[in-house]
Amino acid sequence: MSELLKITGLRVSAEEKEILHGVDLTINEGETHVIMGPNGAGKSTLGAAIMGSPEYTITGGSIIFDGADITGETPDKRARHRIFLSFQNPIEIPGITLSSFLRSAYEQVTGERVKLFEFKKVLGAAMDVLQMDKAYADRELNVGFSGGEKKKAEILQLLVLRPKLAILDETDSGLDVDAVKTVSAGIKAYKEQTGGSLLIITHNTKILEALTVDKTHIIADGRLAAEGGAELIDEVTENGFDKYIPRGAV
Amino acid sequence: MKEKTQVADIDRSLYDFRYDEDESSFLDCGITPEIIREISAEKGDPEWMTEFRLHSLEIYNRLKMPDWGPDISGLNIDNIVAYIRPKKGMQSDWNEVPDDIKETFEKLGIPQAERESLAGVGAQYDSELVYHNVRKEVAESGVVYTDLESAMHDERYAGMIKSHFMKLVPPTDHKFAALHGAVWSGGSFVYVPSGVKLEIPLQSYFRLNAKGAGQFEHTLIIVEDNAYLHFIEGCSAPKYYEASLHAGCVELYVGNNSTLRYSTIENWSKNMYNLNTKRAVVGENGKVEWVSGSFGSHVSYLYPMSILNGRKARAEFTGITFAGEGQNLDTGAKIVHNAPETSSYMNTRSISKSGGISTFRSAVTINENAVGSKSAVSCESLMLDSISRSDTIPSMVVKTDKADVGHEARIGRISDEAVFYLMSRGLDENAAKALIVSGFADNVSKELPLEYAVEMNNLINLEMKGSIG
Repeated sequence: MSELLKITGLRVSAEEKEILHGVDLTINEGETHVIMGPNGAGKSTLGAAIMGSPEYTITGGSIIFDGADITGETPDKRARHRIFLSFQNPIEIPGITLSSFLRSAYEQVTGERVKLFEFKKVLGAAMDVLQMDKAYADRELNVGFSGGEKKKAEILQLLVLRPKLAILDETDSGLDVDAVKTVSAGIKAYKEQTGGSLLIITHNTKILEALTVDKTHIIADGRLAAEGGAELIDEVTENGFDKYIPRGAV
Repeated sequence: MKEKTQVADIDRSLYDFRYDEDESSFLDCGITPEIIREISAEKGDPEWMTEFRLHSLEIYNRLKMPDWGPDISGLNIDNIVAYIRPKKGMQSDWNEVPDDIKETFEKLGIPQAERESLAGVGAQYDSELVYHNVRKEVAESGVVYTDLESAMHDERYAGMIKSHFMKLVPPTDHKFAALHGAVWSGGSFVYVPSGVKLEIPLQSYFRLNAKGAGQFEHTLIIVEDNAYLHFIEGCSAPKYYEASLHAGCVELYVGNNSTLRYSTIENWSKNMYNLNTKRAVVGENGKVEWVSGSFGSHVSYLYPMSILNGRKARAEFTGITFAGEGQNLDTGAKIVHNAPETSSYMNTRSISKSGGISTFRSAVTINENAVGSKSAVSCESLMLDSISRSDTIPSMVVKTDKADVGHEARIGRISDEAVFYLMSRGLDENAAKALIVSGFADNVSKELPLEYAVEMNNLINLEMKGSIG
């Protein structure tokens, strides 16, 4: 399998403070990776840095995606390389409907025009997977959505935009059992429909049940503390992260 | 979208005769009673109007310049007489219109003929036809929609105009109201009889283009009882005049149980001093709805006022102001609660970028007799960079304890997180910011007829380009 994402020695700072102290991570095409770790370890920072968040500064290392060095690129360019980040707290944008926003995002990332009729079909099919009321398509982007609705809307975007790599940041947090099932079904559908890669940042193992995990990474204190297969998930679920936290770091 | 029609060829000779007055009729600086008499005679004013103009001039000479708002010292008031004759502007050549204005016309997709007309070059074009059709439909409903000058000479309306003209905004109101009283020219007269609810909005757009008027225009609207009117003033395309003062006046009389909606999108060229006065008086259970978009001008003073004189009268003001580089836009609204159970709601957005200054000024007065009245003011400001300014100056005078008043102000900067969110979905930085600003302005666009909302969004996109990145 060929390499899709290759991160080498990545150092990331926010407001002069280094959060990631040299992280290596390689994801091959079609693989599903999981990142776990204690709060404040730098998991979300890694996801945001891959997407190019202006909140963080990359001070060392490189990010190669699909053969291109994207370390210094703006988020929109990364999106056009077909990277997608599902936000923990999706932003409310009044004045544009979910449907027309998603159509223009689709045209931006694919570089192709899509007819309204064609697009409605794609959108409708994706909404069916997530058991979303079609009325949401005509609501303003995330405006007045509940926490669960926002998360579903993120997965809807994932299904429509069909990225090569989807980074899901705590997509399961704050969801009830049924919502986790729906979101999880959406992620599975993405995988089946596109064969894309996944990088899932999570605390919760329920969302992973429907998926085949290829690799698990434990991040603690801004460093990779352990790597393994799917079995590592069960291990930390049982024993917690204590043994990965360096002495004196707490 | 609005009908935009092309004229194949403009026969300039048709119009040239209107402007072939010799340059010697051009008057020296300083306004004198003689000049006013001359203008008045030229326009064929009735005698009372000539007197009114002269009286206004006296008041003008007595009053001081406003000293509480944006600086207007750049306005050469001694040369004011040069502004009085818009013909000078209308004669101007399309080649003399600044490139940035031409470019804006182009980007807004306005056809050449229409652009020339908007730029004051004075071509008449097909919208005249549209206008005539509108006029026919309107006339059948019994509504009068004509220009103020001809209405003054029509015996059916002459008395009505005399008893309403500048009674709401008297020349003593402020220096520029006095100036307006002395030199006003052009504008609209609308009369809606009792019980008539006009479905289609009336648009001054056609009229102003056809007339090439606009700098000292007077709008007088009388809506009788149990009636409805939506009037749309201006258009989103910039109007270019060599002269740089706009001192128009709008007077609205809203009868019992009637609603008047008055929408404006204003995009004066950026050399303009916009010192406009607008006022409405509302009868029992009547309602005035203002929708106001201010994009253009160098300096603006604009505070439409609603006087709620009848029981249960209501006023709603929805506004947006966008101040870019070199602009100081001082806008807002005034409401006077003058009867029991009246209510008012003000909802505004102001945006400033590239060093622009936008100030929101509100004044709500609830008089002793206005028991059981309600007022809510909500204003939000968005600054797109650290060199721009946004101020909020609210004033509330409440003379009864039996009233309910609320004020809410929010000033913010464009959120990096929101920009990142949109960029992560493939939108470039400009598009992401424009989308956020459009969303911020959404309260106003929702209130506008579709074609105006589309044009306003285009305007925002235009304003956003060139400022960022």
